[in-house]
Amino acid sequence: MMGASLADASSAWNAVILTVQLATVTTVLLLCLATPLAWWLSQTSSRWRAPILAFVTLPLVLPPTVLGFYMLVAMGPQGWLGQWTQSMGWGLLSFTFTGLVLGSMVFSLPFAVQPLQHSFASVGQRPMEVAATLGARPVDAFFTVALPLARPGLITAAILTFAHTVGEFGVVLMIGGNVPGQTRVLSTQIYGHVEAMEYAQAHALAAGMLVFSFVVLFTLATVKRRWPGVGAGA
Amino acid sequence: MNRIQLSLRRAQFSLQLDVQLPDQGITVILGSSGAGKTSLLRCVAGLDRADQARIEMGGVLWQDDQQGVFVPTWQRALGYVFQEASLLPHLTVKQNLTYGLKRIGSRTPMHSLAQAIELLGIGHLLERSPAGLSGGERQRVALARALASQPRILLLDEPMASLDAARRQEILPWLEKMRDELHLPMLYVTHAANEAARLGAHMLVLEHGRVQAQGTVSEVFANIDQALGAGEDMGALLQGTLVERHADWHLCRIAFDGGELWLRDSGLAVGQSVRMRLLARDVSVATVAPQHTSIQNLLSAVIEAVADDDHPSQVLVRLRVGPSAVLSRITQRAWAQLGLQVGQQVFLQVKTVALVA
Repeated sequence: MMGASLADASSAWNAVILTVQLATVTTVLLLCLATPLAWWLSQTSSRWRAPILAFVTLPLVLPPTVLGFYMLVAMGPQGWLGQWTQSMGWGLLSFTFTGLVLGSMVFSLPFAVQPLQHSFASVGQRPMEVAATLGARPVDAFFTVALPLARPGLITAAILTFAHTVGEFGVVLMIGGNVPGQTRVLSTQIYGHVEAMEYAQAHALAAGMLVFSFVVLFTLATVKRRWPGVGAGA
Repeated sequence: MNRIQLSLRRAQFSLQLDVQLPDQGITVILGSSGAGKTSLLRCVAGLDRADQARIEMGGVLWQDDQQGVFVPTWQRALGYVFQEASLLPHLTVKQNLTYGLKRIGSRTPMHSLAQAIELLGIGHLLERSPAGLSGGERQRVALARALASQPRILLLDEPMASLDAARRQEILPWLEKMRDELHLPMLYVTHAANEAARLGAHMLVLEHGRVQAQGTVSEVFANIDQALGAGEDMGALLQGTLVERHADWHLCRIAFDGGELWLRDSGLAVGQSVRMRLLARDVSVATVAPQHTSIQNLLSAVIEAVADDDHPSQVLVRLRVGPSAVLSRITQRAWAQLGLQVGQQVFLQVKTVALVA
């Protein structure tokens, strides 16, 4: 919506917009992916559950640089992802906004999946059984019963993913580089200012981030009080 | 035609049965906990899957493993009321009621929503949230919700188990109303013999996953070969009609097939049909008509069968009063000293009679 004004906006403003865009796109896409995954994890007794759960949790313990490094390699001209995107005619994803979205999604995966999974588990089997006895087919029951009942988890997942994406640095630097208007988000912008000894500008952005993070956590705590289930497992 | 044949094996437990159910009225499934009652109901609903089963309800085949037929729960025309409150907490009472109604597919509606709401007296609760309802109100809403989904059979899994005694008394009349006003077969799981006596028409006694006895409630309650596990509560069930109220004595006279009994007047109207339980321990046997006794309920009967009771000092005697069956628990010693025999004509003194409905 602000694409037209982007070109002549200040670089700081540029970075803010890009950050918000990245966080929004990542949150929306990741929730679409994490919701079915979390549902599956909360319901299944498959032997694949444990390895997949471990894989989903991996970004929580790995240094972002390790994650970013592997993603960079995968997206590069020799990587499997890069080969595929090239064969599809999309070029390479590294140092692009799309690549950044992909990296952010992987990076925030546990923050989206875990609250949802705990919410689904605490809802339990009974409401879904009730829905089935009332004639709701499984997909219908999922959208009309399981998902509304897991709303606290959904809200938590969205807030955490958004905030976590805004705050990411390592992954961005590894796969995004620092391309203005493309991949230069707030965190890398601040890094750039510090490198250039522009402490005043760095201060302004850093303070903004600080306030933003506080507001997010404060909101989360407020929501948590209204719906006790929010934040479970986060 | 309603027929359930199934076999289910679990590590600690197996369920094996083949039963036919009447097309209307309540069939009570009575058994102690762990007898397999809930498993049976869940298999009928398709919530659990029996290993081998053939389930046919109202002429529709729901499951037949030999033909590879398994209709999922959501496509089975059933209503299910769970033991504990199971209203969808994110919906209002009204939204709960319409949830099933919106999803009846091609079933022809038999009970309108308004009818279900009226039948269970929940009109004043429609805008409320389930969290704000009492236990009894929740179960009434759950019953109405099950009805509104246009079932061809109603499955009730101890719907009163989570309620205290007072709430049970509050909900029983609604269940009786449903039984009397709807032409709908119901499977009612319970471990309480008195609920079975009050609500049931047909009855199935389940023990360790096997059917121990089945038939009409009166038949099953008068069955002395298969102890119901009722112990002290062992007794016959009689269906009768109130024919007279005696204002001076505060008594009422109830006629049943084969005789009459005087009961304490509980305010019921003449012509009302009632069910009475005669506990075996309250019925004594005499070879000549007793006189000068305070027990005024005297019946003429024929000894039909005798069986050992739980305690070796006692026997259970089944007697015919006209076409009805009555049980009496007496001592071995009395049986021997009176020289009682099967086929003998005797007199019964009934100390107390309980009205169950």
